Amino acid sequence: MAHSSRRDCPELPDFSLLKRLARDQLIYLLEQLPGKKDLFIEADLMSPLDRIANVSILKQHEVDKLYKVEYKPVVSTSDQLCFLIRPRIQTVKWICDVANADKAVGRFRRYKIIFTPQKFFACEAVLEEQGIFGEVTTDEWSFYLLPLDEDVISLELPEFFRDNFLAGDQRWVRTAGSALHLLHSLYGPFSKVYGIGRCSKMAYESWREQVEQGEQRARQAEIGKVFLIDRDVDFVTPLCSQVVYEGLVDDIFRIKCGCVEFGPDVTSSDKSLKVMLNSQDKVFNEIRNEHFSNVFGFLSQKARNLQSAYDKRRGMDIKQMKSFVSEELKGLKQEHRLLSLHIGASESIMKKKTKQDFQELLKTEHSLLEGFEIRESISFLEEHISRQVSMMESLRLLCLLSITENGLLPKDYRSLKAQYLQSYGADHLLTFANLKQLGLLVEQPTGETLTVMESKVGKLVNDKTAGKLSDAFSSLAKKSNFRALSRKLNLVPKSDEEYDLRVPRDMAYIFSGAYVPLSCKLVEQVLERDGWTGLEEVTRLLNGHEFAVTGSGGADSKSDAQRIILVMFLGGCTFSEISALRFLGRERGYKFIVVTTAITNSSRLIESLLGNRA
Amino acid sequence: MSFITANWNPLGEAFYRKSELYEMSWNLKDGLRDCLVSAAPYGGPIALLREPHRRSPSSRPQLEIYSASGVSIASFPWKSGPVVHLGWTVNDELLCVQEDGSVLIYDLFGSFKRHFSMGQEVVQSQVLEAKVFHSPYGTGVAIVTGSSRFILATNIDDLKLRRLPEVPGLQGKPSCWVVLNQDRQTKVLLSNGPELYILDNTSCTVVCPPGLGPQAGSIVHMSVSFSYKYLALFTDCGHLWTGPSHLQDKMSEVDTKKSTPPKEMVWCRRPKSQQPSVVLMWERLLMVVGVCQDTIQFPIEDQCVLVGELDGVRIISSTNQELLQEVPLVCQDIFKIASMAPGALLLEAHREYEKSSQKADEYLREIKEQSMLGEAVRQCVDAAGHEYDTNTQKSLMRAASFGKCFLTDFSPDPFVSTCRELRVLNAVREISVGLPLTHTQFKQLTLQVLIDRLVYRQFYPLAIEMCRYLKIPDYQGVSRVLKHWASCKVQQKDLSDEAIARAVCVKVGDSPGVSYSHIAAKAYECGRTELAIKLLDFEARSGEQVPLLLKMKRSQLALSKAVESGDTDLVYTVVTYLKNEMNRGDFFMTLRNQPVALSLYRQFCKLQETETLKDLYNQDDDHQELANYYVTASYREKRLENRLSLLQSAVDEYNKAKNEFSAKATEEEMRLLRFQRKLDDEKGAGLLELSLQATMEALLALGLHKQAEQLYKDFRVPDKRYWWLKLKSLAEKEEWEELEKFSKSKKSPIGYLAFVEVCMKSNNKYEAKKYVSKVTPEQRVKAHLAVSDLEGAVDAAIERKNESEMGAVLSRCSASDRLLIDRLNRARPSTAKK
Repeated sequence: MAHSSRRDCPELPDFSLLKRLARDQLIYLLEQLPGKKDLFIEADLMSPLDRIANVSILKQHEVDKLYKVEYKPVVSTSDQLCFLIRPRIQTVKWICDVANADKAVGRFRRYKIIFTPQKFFACEAVLEEQGIFGEVTTDEWSFYLLPLDEDVISLELPEFFRDNFLAGDQRWVRTAGSALHLLHSLYGPFSKVYGIGRCSKMAYESWREQVEQGEQRARQAEIGKVFLIDRDVDFVTPLCSQVVYEGLVDDIFRIKCGCVEFGPDVTSSDKSLKVMLNSQDKVFNEIRNEHFSNVFGFLSQKARNLQSAYDKRRGMDIKQMKSFVSEELKGLKQEHRLLSLHIGASESIMKKKTKQDFQELLKTEHSLLEGFEIRESISFLEEHISRQVSMMESLRLLCLLSITENGLLPKDYRSLKAQYLQSYGADHLLTFANLKQLGLLVEQPTGETLTVMESKVGKLVNDKTAGKLSDAFSSLAKKSNFRALSRKLNLVPKSDEEYDLRVPRDMAYIFSGAYVPLSCKLVEQVLERDGWTGLEEVTRLLNGHEFAVTGSGGADSKSDAQRIILVMFLGGCTFSEISALRFLGRERGYKFIVVTTAITNSSRLIESLLGNRA
Repeated sequence: MSFITANWNPLGEAFYRKSELYEMSWNLKDGLRDCLVSAAPYGGPIALLREPHRRSPSSRPQLEIYSASGVSIASFPWKSGPVVHLGWTVNDELLCVQEDGSVLIYDLFGSFKRHFSMGQEVVQSQVLEAKVFHSPYGTGVAIVTGSSRFILATNIDDLKLRRLPEVPGLQGKPSCWVVLNQDRQTKVLLSNGPELYILDNTSCTVVCPPGLGPQAGSIVHMSVSFSYKYLALFTDCGHLWTGPSHLQDKMSEVDTKKSTPPKEMVWCRRPKSQQPSVVLMWERLLMVVGVCQDTIQFPIEDQCVLVGELDGVRIISSTNQELLQEVPLVCQDIFKIASMAPGALLLEAHREYEKSSQKADEYLREIKEQSMLGEAVRQCVDAAGHEYDTNTQKSLMRAASFGKCFLTDFSPDPFVSTCRELRVLNAVREISVGLPLTHTQFKQLTLQVLIDRLVYRQFYPLAIEMCRYLKIPDYQGVSRVLKHWASCKVQQKDLSDEAIARAVCVKVGDSPGVSYSHIAAKAYECGRTELAIKLLDFEARSGEQVPLLLKMKRSQLALSKAVESGDTDLVYTVVTYLKNEMNRGDFFMTLRNQPVALSLYRQFCKLQETETLKDLYNQDDDHQELANYYVTASYREKRLENRLSLLQSAVDEYNKAKNEFSAKATEEEMRLLRFQRKLDDEKGAGLLELSLQATMEALLALGLHKQAEQLYKDFRVPDKRYWWLKLKSLAEKEEWEELEKFSKSKKSPIGYLAFVEVCMKSNNKYEAKKYVSKVTPEQRVKAHLAVSDLEGAVDAAIERKNESEMGAVLSRCSASDRLLIDRLNRARPSTAKK
């Protein structure tokens, strides 16, 4: 890493164990269906599966052909069909159709469904309803956690966000609890668990319950503390444009399961190339957390170093040359290849992002965060829509505006929405309904409406419940309180000072020094205070649901493991947040492990809330 | 102590001993005469059926169950049909095989569990003889019927009846038969007159034991060893043949000089036996016949029953119970008269030490000289395990402990575990418990099973003491015992619900691994619903309560518990249950009070039953969601009329929800759809499904300016957006004249820089330049730069005297633009001065 880290940084636990466990279980499950079989894999499980078991391993266990689940009639000739799917009703229904179609033509096959990470009763209910419950065997592949990198683990459940926060469907909470349980049993016991958010609290409780049910073994802890946070605690951070290298790459090229596909414009050939982005890639590892403005400088320095390493061979004798070729050359070549890729990517990013539009966009975002020149920002937004720049970007800015301003003025709310509907279709009415429900895009309450409601209800019930009710109302209104939070936690550094992005002062560097991500700031503060004491006002503004619990395994507070902190984002986290936490870790001598239900960014977040039939 | 060898009898090179286990606590009036008796191995219970064949209806035979020590456990009159055979399963359940082929199963306490039949044909032909046998598959039953057929059930818990092939020439029952377990197959070996047959699933084969000449006579009694490995055959001339049960070999043949067949014949051996033997019992004689041809004879006075064990034979009479076994080698070594084995010397040394005699040292020295002290300790510990008398155990263990003191690196584990196990064994051997297990049997049975057996016999306090003493983890130990205790407690009919609930709660508390819901389920099974509900209240994990609550039809309570548990699967289970159980209205009302359940059900409906979703919203008067529902539904409609009518419903609902904005937006959408349809019909424009903006764009692209204009006015599209749209569209189509006309139609709401930039995007510098002059002064520098007119930009910048603009221009100048750079530089100080 470009920054020097503190020397006493603890070692990270080895998470490849998780992969091995998942692989062994999968093999066991495949062997439960002996003989040749065709395997149907849910599309979004393809990449995660590839990280666990490649095709040759599958073939070794008598998987004949591999298919992607495409909701079409199957063409397989095999007598045994195995389906590896997420527990989704839609997919199960499709399998029922397949089985019923076979039945209709009198074809006999064996069907096995492997649900991952767990099965839901609703899925089995569908099997029953469609009358094939008896003909299908079901199993669970408890593949909860996919290590994307040495310090990032993903549940690969993007639907967690929409299901949990929008639909109020808590089915994944237990999954999160189980994932935590798995980590606890392999790397625990945790000495302290902090958290904020309703879902976090439920996941925590689900985990506790599983701990109590299972047997407990005393072991050396490898992870000391845990911090759970709901995505809806902080919507501002994921809505901002990312300017740290890894985040930018994700925003532009979309990193999927730790892997990115660079198109011809990056590879400067006519082929696209899939590249794994993790700490194994030495070049990437050094620039991933850098502000984009530093990346070019760094890459060119790297290129010079590489050149001089190549140049070493001049003036070598035969023997030296021999050892150079056998030992160094391969490494250099590899580095060379990676370097040219990242330079290509950076150029492509430059083309897209250094244009004036982007600069203005950033400026608008920054003034929204600071709360200055709001009218100008609104006009910018209007123009943004008028010029039809981008459907997603406009929506993102609208949300950012609403959250930072605690809702839009009724006049703006209506006119901007009308503009948007005219531009991108009236079906976005549903998108707006979704955004409103989540509190991402709301009208500023006119004040009277709420109080009128409250007093009306208040007359009906006694005082105590009325108090509770008004609490309920205020949470109903889903105020974001961003401005107050920003002041309390000092999220927006004073803009009059020059911010040197090459030598970051604080986590704000990930947003060009304009904003410290709220989520990461909370982590910092809670770790510093060892709890929520002194943050009462903050938690009130965040609608509560905070907790801090001392666990059983607080044996040795001095041990290295106590400085290994697992931060679990329920509903997804961004690469920028990961970079910020890495920075915080270097500063304070911690090592952070990020566990997330999925990697997200502004477009993924908004896309998951679209209500139109795009 | 010195008489420890008093009851030893030599047999070949080994010794056999017969030691008393119990004086039986029962008081049998007529002894064991005329009784059907069955005693289970591993010190299991004894079942007794008096005079089973007396069939006068006035006097029913009495079925009695005793512990191995003769303590009565149950006794009841036998009301069912005549019993042919009694036997015990591996789980200590009593099997009563009746003449008509039905088998009745009772538990240890004499309560009826269930019954099964050995087949319809047996009802007619009757059971002549039956045997209960144990195999790795469980407990089996074999019968021979009146029509001379054998029927087998290998595992009574997974009943599969097998009718074995016919035996040629067999009339009635054979003279003797046994069940064999070979190569994972169950077979029957039987003797009929001079012939010996093996019956398996498919065939009946004549066999001949090797070395048994025809002069030996025909076989009248046979016995197979505990492990099914060895066979003993007794002929009518009094010859006893022994050999492995596969009949390929012979071990020995002994002439017992008895002409009558024995009443009972049982193998007596132990693991690693040196001198296995067969025990034969006649009316007044017990004969131990060694494979070495040696015999021991014991007179017996009373009617006895022999029970074959893993390591010996138990002899039960009406007054006492004895264990006949080969003396284990290690005990022989220690106690044999004048033995010089290290263990014997150590025992002696310790004895002298207790007497404070210096001879102790001499003995010790002798052992140490041979460096056998470790071996000596080991011998003492092992021997202690095999001894039944507690005093002998103690002196051996003390000797071992004494010897251990002189050893430095001797692992204490075997010593400690033997001490513990002996305490446990002594406790269960107590007459009140009555489990006369030897150490070898205990090892084979395992501790888990022993605890189970204690629990089954309801010795809960002892079982708990044992678990605590042996430090068994709560899950497998104390908690398990408590669970069983509680399940038993709730069945006590004489106690009130209140009292039981309290008693259970006090004892069980919150021991880990004890599930109150499990106990409650038991209570419900016994018909005590109220008690079950009381018990469920103690259950900490709400999820566990749900299934039982559903079973008890407390569905509302079940739903709220399920929601509390946070397990959505559980919630869903209850929801599905309720859906089938209640009428729709009640169901919806119930859901309404449980938002979690409701949202879960909604999710399901969205994918499975969209119509239900509508009903749900309707029920709740949720007009907003209902409207959204109609909007969603409209996308799925292909026909425009249907779509419009759905949208109209949406408008109505939005209005009811007082959401004027959405109502208006939807109305506009309808208007747009109608417009698009009209144009599609007239011009084939393909506009349907496009947004307003996209429609206008398409119209402009098609050159339908008038229609685009109409939309712009009708829908009150903001000027700015329309201008941008038109500007881009004209530039794209390169209609420059049209564009110029448009620019002059009125003052541009988006300024003229946009014109410059859009023209440049189409690479038309010429057109772009036309608009530069119209640009506002603030944007003029930018405009000049956009058309790469540096000179103009410099002029504009200097005119505006704006530092940052000059900088911007400067950064665009290349070295060749010397002149311009100079001009700018000259102008800069002048602005700076201001």
